[in-house]
Amino acid sequence: MIDFTFTEEQEMFRKAAQEFAETQVAPKVPEMEKTGKVSQDLLKAMAEAEMMALTIPEEYGGLGLGYTARFIALEEISKVSVAAGMMLQVFALGIEPILKFGSDAQKKNFLPGLATGERLASTAVTETTGGSDPTGIRSTYKKDGEDYILNGRKCFITNSHIADTITVLAKDDENPKAFSTFILEKGMEGFKATHEENKVGMRGCNTGELAYENCRVPKENLIGVEGKGLGVALAAIGDVGRGGMVACALGLQAACLEVSVKFANERILYGKPISRLQTIQNKLADMKIDLEAGRLLGYKAASMQDKGERSSNEFAVAKYFTTEAAQRAAKMASDIHGGYGCMEEYAVSRYMRDSFVLGPSAGTSDIMKVIIARWTLS
Amino acid sequence: MFKIVVCVKAVPDPKEACNIKIDPATKTLMRCDVPMVLNPLDKYALEAALQFKAEFDAHISVLSMGPPEAGNIVKECLALGADRGFLLSDRAFAGADAFATAYTLAKGIEKNGPYDVVFCGMASSDGSTEWVGPEIATFLKIPVVTRIKEIVEYNGQWWTVKAELENGYRLVRVQIPAVFTVTRELNTPRRLSFSGIIKARKKEITRWGIQELGVPEESVGLKGSPSMVSTIASMDSRRKVEILEGKREEKAEQLVQRLVNAGAI
Repeated sequence: MIDFTFTEEQEMFRKAAQEFAETQVAPKVPEMEKTGKVSQDLLKAMAEAEMMALTIPEEYGGLGLGYTARFIALEEISKVSVAAGMMLQVFALGIEPILKFGSDAQKKNFLPGLATGERLASTAVTETTGGSDPTGIRSTYKKDGEDYILNGRKCFITNSHIADTITVLAKDDENPKAFSTFILEKGMEGFKATHEENKVGMRGCNTGELAYENCRVPKENLIGVEGKGLGVALAAIGDVGRGGMVACALGLQAACLEVSVKFANERILYGKPISRLQTIQNKLADMKIDLEAGRLLGYKAASMQDKGERSSNEFAVAKYFTTEAAQRAAKMASDIHGGYGCMEEYAVSRYMRDSFVLGPSAGTSDIMKVIIARWTLS
Repeated sequence: MFKIVVCVKAVPDPKEACNIKIDPATKTLMRCDVPMVLNPLDKYALEAALQFKAEFDAHISVLSMGPPEAGNIVKECLALGADRGFLLSDRAFAGADAFATAYTLAKGIEKNGPYDVVFCGMASSDGSTEWVGPEIATFLKIPVVTRIKEIVEYNGQWWTVKAELENGYRLVRVQIPAVFTVTRELNTPRRLSFSGIIKARKKEITRWGIQELGVPEESVGLKGSPSMVSTIASMDSRRKVEILEGKREEKAEQLVQRLVNAGAI
């Protein structure tokens, strides 16, 4: 039998995340929306609430709670702020290559600081010439004695300007089929965050470019085996990256439904709440169906991930479904709100903008379909 | 070691208040569709105990009477930092009024062993009688101070607390063991933490029924309840619309008059 019930402990994780989101995240949203900048107070609160420690094993200072717990936390935080959820999701994405492929020395060196939030993580794969197809990247590394010299640029990198520890994919200068993943640290000579993007949604979550020019990286910072870095980067993106986006999308869907139900019960038309109108009920039902279906897809994949099974294909299905559903939910929520849905004072206008950033993050819907079709045909 | 007992209750989630319905026949809350949560004021009672424990060598026991599902809120208290949990649960306890509830809790406190202080929330968000704390003190034959808003001093066996009055407060010096019922002004309850939830894995919840407590059936639950709710009514919150006619000043005057007539101003 399949048991779809959350454990008592998982319900408490949800409650803890909800309380955190309502008391620590919600008050920061207006400032993040206005400035588009990361809230330092929020980062501090996330660290104090042990949000960065969720997936890191206890022996390295983390909580070792696994991926379903992370999924629950991300969903609840994204219900209040997708920008905050996205930031957190990419911290874990940056941590994952070290967790999965890092040496003991790398784990001991990097994970404790990342667990406490003293250092923040990110991952950098995408370039103007390749993201979903990482073999198209142009960043290169070259062996120089015991070290490596990295050259290149990355774009659309979440947490680019706030991250201290970034896992970076580059290709061999002399062998275009060999890729390696390195840990770059803020302050390394030749490595810097450059342009900061001004996104339409997820404002307050930092996205930007990274540049490394003759950046010398010690061999101790190579993750896994030289030349096998593509697997390192893709494993993290396929499971943790997509999974995180699914949780962010579910949070947004839930938020859209919640505000829509509230508004539809309060807004009076023809002498009765608009929730009594069948046309509005249809929208609410569609949103509910999408949310329930998305949760089944997402939590199924997260539970596979916790069992150590490969879940990147299942997450591709969930990513496609939930990020598309989040856009539909935001549109329907905006429609239900009528004119109010176009006003910045109402959260639905933010939901609409945020929903459009969910799609391309960690792979567009079209790329998800390519992956799903490949899986289906295999 | 200082022994603290905190009494807590599972109540229908106040955020879902609009979905709480009352059974017209039994005059009881129909709780089936509403999730149960830790009574909000009990969080302040637990926080008072946790803050004391942060300063002194203390052990915190949490005690609740309720259905088996109330074990969740006891577990939550353990995750927040309490050391041991007790759930008094038995079909015979069902239908208890404040008196029978206080009796059962007092018996649980006695069975748990020596204690120095008992903290309770001032009231529960569903019953709101404010009787359970004082009645526990009566059964335990110890002093009680209700509605405390500040603990001014712990001085050995004597505690000084500020207790809320309608237009001020009274300063009370009381000898422990004693029962204190607490207000929201006392502190700011901590949030659940992930590491607290992990620590709670190793903490025990003891479940006691009528046999373990060794109390007569006629003293607990509905049989042991001297009070009963004779009638209960839901507030009619239907909205009425009335369009006021006339010039702006006339409409304002009519509006004020209507508000005065309705007792709103």
